Amino acid sequence: MKSSTRYFLSAVGLVGFLLIWEGIARSGLFATYLLPPPSTIPAALISEIREGIWQVMVVASLRHYSVGFVLGSVLGVGLGVMVALFPRIEAGQAWLARVLRPIPPLAWIPFAIIWFGITETAAAFIISIGIFWINYFTAMGAVQAVDKDLIEVARAFGHRSFPALLRKVILPGAAPGILSGLRAGLGQGWMTVVAAELFGIQGIGQRMIEASGLLASNVVILYMFSIALLYGVSDYVFVLVQKRILAWQR
Amino acid sequence: MAKIIETQDLAVAFAEGDGHNIIFRHLNVSVEKGEFVTLVGVSGAGKSTLLRVIADLIPPYEGSVKLDAAHDPTRRPIAMVFQAALLMPWRKVGDNISLGLDGIDVPAAVKKERVEWTLELVGLAGYEDRWPYQLSGGQRQRIGIARALAVDPAILLMDEPFGALDAITRTGLQDELLRIWQETHKSILFVTHDIEEAVYLGDRVLLLGDKPAHIVNEYHINVDRDQRRESEQFLLMVDEVKAGLLAAMALSNGSG
Ligand SMILES: Nc1ncnc2c1ncn2[C@@H]1O[C@H](COP(=O)(O)OP(=O)(O)OP(=O)(O)O)[C@@H](O)[C@H]1O
Ligand SMILES: [Mg+2]
Repeated sequence: MKSSTRYFLSAVGLVGFLLIWEGIARSGLFATYLLPPPSTIPAALISEIREGIWQVMVVASLRHYSVGFVLGSVLGVGLGVMVALFPRIEAGQAWLARVLRPIPPLAWIPFAIIWFGITETAAAFIISIGIFWINYFTAMGAVQAVDKDLIEVARAFGHRSFPALLRKVILPGAAPGILSGLRAGLGQGWMTVVAAELFGIQGIGQRMIEASGLLASNVVILYMFSIALLYGVSDYVFVLVQKRILAWQR
Repeated sequence: MAKIIETQDLAVAFAEGDGHNIIFRHLNVSVEKGEFVTLVGVSGAGKSTLLRVIADLIPPYEGSVKLDAAHDPTRRPIAMVFQAALLMPWRKVGDNISLGLDGIDVPAAVKKERVEWTLELVGLAGYEDRWPYQLSGGQRQRIGIARALAVDPAILLMDEPFGALDAITRTGLQDELLRIWQETHKSILFVTHDIEEAVYLGDRVLLLGDKPAHIVNEYHINVDRDQRRESEQFLLMVDEVKAGLLAAMALSNGSG
C-alpha cells in the first residue's frame, strides 16, 4: 500500500468515528451528559485553558509521570540487566519476582498513601511500579538473548574484562530489547497516571473526577483526548530516538 | 625449529546433562614458528573446537596449550577468523575491523591505515561506513578475515575462512594470504574442507578423525609453492589426502 493511501484511510477511520459519534449524540437518544457530542470538546478546551486549569493539570500529571517513568525505567533496566548477568542473583529473585509481579500497581495505593501521604511522590511511586516490571523482564530477556558467539568474538580480540564485554557486546546487543521495553513502559505509565491521581493528587485524573461529579462529561472527554495526545507525542518522539540509536538494524 | 603452538595431551569436553561429552583427548598438535599448517577432517570432528581452545576461548578439560608468541605491544599475539563471519551488527564495517585494535599500542593514524589496508586486501576498499546488514554473506566473511589481519597477529587461526566465497575470489585470497604469511612470518593454523586448498596452502596437512577426535595422519607437502596448482606431484598429494579422509570417514560412520 502506498503511504499516501495509508494516511488517507487512517484519516477516514478517525473522522468517520467522530462523525458517527456526533450523529448518535445529536440524535436525542441519550442525554448530553451521557454522551456529549465531540463538537463540544473544542469549546471545553478553550474554557479550561482560559481558566488556566488545563495547563496546570497537564503539567502536574507530566511531572509525576516523568518522575515515575525515569524511576521505574532506571531501576527496571538496571536490575533486569544485573539479574541476567549473574546466575546467582537470577536464582535469588526467581520466586520473589513471581510473588511481587502479579500485584497490580493500583493495589499499592494504600501503601503509597501510608508511606508518602497524598503527595506527588505517592503518584510517581505508583506509576513507576508498572513501568518497573515491564523493563525488568524485557531487559532481563534482552541480555539473556545476546549472541554468545559475539561475546566470544570480543574475547578473541582482547576484550576480556567484564566492563569491556558489557560495553562492547552485551549492552549494544540488548539495546533493541531494552528500548522496546522502555517504549512499552511509556504507554503503561499513562495508563496508571489517571488512577494514581484519583485519590486527590493534582493532575488530569483528579480534574476528570471533579468534572464527572459536575456531569461535565465533555470536560472528561477533553482530558481523555489530552492523555491520548500526550502519549502520542511522547511515543512519536521516542520512536524517532529509537530509530537513531538502532540505525544499524535492517 | 621452535614450536609456537603446542598442545600437550589436550582434551576438551562440553558439559552435557550431569556429565561431560568429551570431544577429544590426548591430542598433541603443534605448529612451528613461521609454519603454515592446514587441518582437514570429518564434519563435527572437533576442528573448530581445537581452534577455540588454542585461542583460549574455552578451557582445556585436560592437558594444556602452550603458545610462544613474542611479546609485542603493537600487535596481538593471536587472532582468529571464525567459521561464521560473526560481525557485530551495531558496528560499521570499519569499526568491526578495528575491534582488536582498541587494545594495542599504535597511533590512531596507523590503526586507520590498517583498516584501509585490510579492506583493500579483501577487495572491499571504501566499505568502512557500511553496516554489516548491507553486505552479502561472502563480503561479511571477508570482513571477518580483515578483522583478524588488522591486528597483525603472530599466530593466525582460520576456520574455513574462504568457504563462502566464489572460486575466483577464493583463489585470489589464497595467494594474498600466502604473500602476507611469507612477508610477515606469521604462523598459521588453517581449517578447510577443501583438500586442494589444504594441500595448496599448507607446509603440512593434518587429518583429524573423530569419535574421539585424533590426528589420523599428517602429510608434509614437499612441492614448491609455484608448482602447486597443477603439477603431477601436487595432484598425487591431493589424492593421497582425499583417500585418507575417505578412510577416516568410513571409520567414523562404522563406529558411530
Ligand atoms: N558449545 C558446545 N557445546 C556442546 N557441544 C559442542 C559445542 N561446540 C561444539 N560441540 C560439539 O563438539 C563437536 C565438534 O564440533 P566442532 O564445531 O569443533 O566441529 P568441526 O570439526 O569444526 O565441524 P565442521 O567441519 O562441521 O565445522 C561436535 O560434535 C559438536 O556437537
Ligand atoms: Mg567447524
